[in-house]
Amino acid sequence: MLDGILYVIVGILLMVSFFKDKKKTKKALMKAWKSLLKNIKLMIGMMILMGIIFVIISPDLIGNLFGQDSGLFGIMVGLVLGAVSFMPSFIAFPLGANLIENGAGYPQVAGFISSLMGVGIISLGMEIQYFGKKASILRNVFAVLASIVFVVIIGGVM
Amino acid sequence: MDFIKNNKLLVVSLIGLVVLFLFSVDKGLEASSNAIDNFKTVGMVLPPIFVLIGLLDVWVPKETMIKFMGKGSGIKGGLIAILLGAVGAGPLIVAFPIAALLIKKGAKLSYVFLFLGAWTSVKLPIFMFELANFGSKFTLIHVSSNLLIYLIGAIIIEVSLKSNDLTEIQEKAERFA
Repeated sequence: MLDGILYVIVGILLMVSFFKDKKKTKKALMKAWKSLLKNIKLMIGMMILMGIIFVIISPDLIGNLFGQDSGLFGIMVGLVLGAVSFMPSFIAFPLGANLIENGAGYPQVAGFISSLMGVGIISLGMEIQYFGKKASILRNVFAVLASIVFVVIIGGVM
Repeated sequence: MDFIKNNKLLVVSLIGLVVLFLFSVDKGLEASSNAIDNFKTVGMVLPPIFVLIGLLDVWVPKETMIKFMGKGSGIKGGLIAILLGAVGAGPLIVAFPIAALLIKKGAKLSYVFLFLGAWTSVKLPIFMFELANFGSKFTLIHVSSNLLIYLIGAIIIEVSLKSNDLTEIQEKAERFA
């Protein structure tokens, strides 16, 4: 369901492309295939690594660590767990909603979600292959910063 | 040896999986089934993402990319970067090949990092879910605070990269896009 919008947009673009220029469209599809091959090995490695991490840092563990009144400790746990774990957002957001229902605080869940989406310690090796060490590390530093700012504001108003 | 050198991530993850199996067969099986689930999830978004990359590559010449997202594109370039990030689907790692193509085509680096920032904070489908489950206050603070920091970060990253860093990034982009 979540990928639906993307399929619709790309489907329309592909049709427009096909009616405008069949040759170019064929070239684009060849390019898509080649590009997929160039990137897929890194992706497969990441998927396996994600699978291993998900065994160690499971949603159950996360639920247990975010009990009621976990306070500043809970926030730190959320940020760190988010940074080292790897789960699709359609699992993470319902998990976050569930945690709040079960008594976890908004700041803890905010830190976890934001850090999960933006900070990638496990995928840092892969990121460096694309953007080099300096830019990748800086991007992650700012993702940590973005998460902390988000937590501080949420802590102040909610 | 070359295979190991060229596929470090794959080799490390496979060794990790073997170690987990040695530690506990159950955990190893669990990790394998998680990995298969991940393949299914990410596999769903890969076809449209890579078709989009192919179409962008063929239909958008370098000059056009520079005009819309290059050095002189101004606020327009930033808005396009955010929009591109917002319609994306899948984990951040799926955005890396798109970013590589943008770099190859001459997009301004800070916009490429803003695109990655938007990808991690304003995904449209997730945005809807977030609004419904966490409320508008939470969601708006999330999106605006994250985007602001990612914008500042994107500018600082671009400024702090030296010419040899830039050459390295260009070379890497050529390899993946």
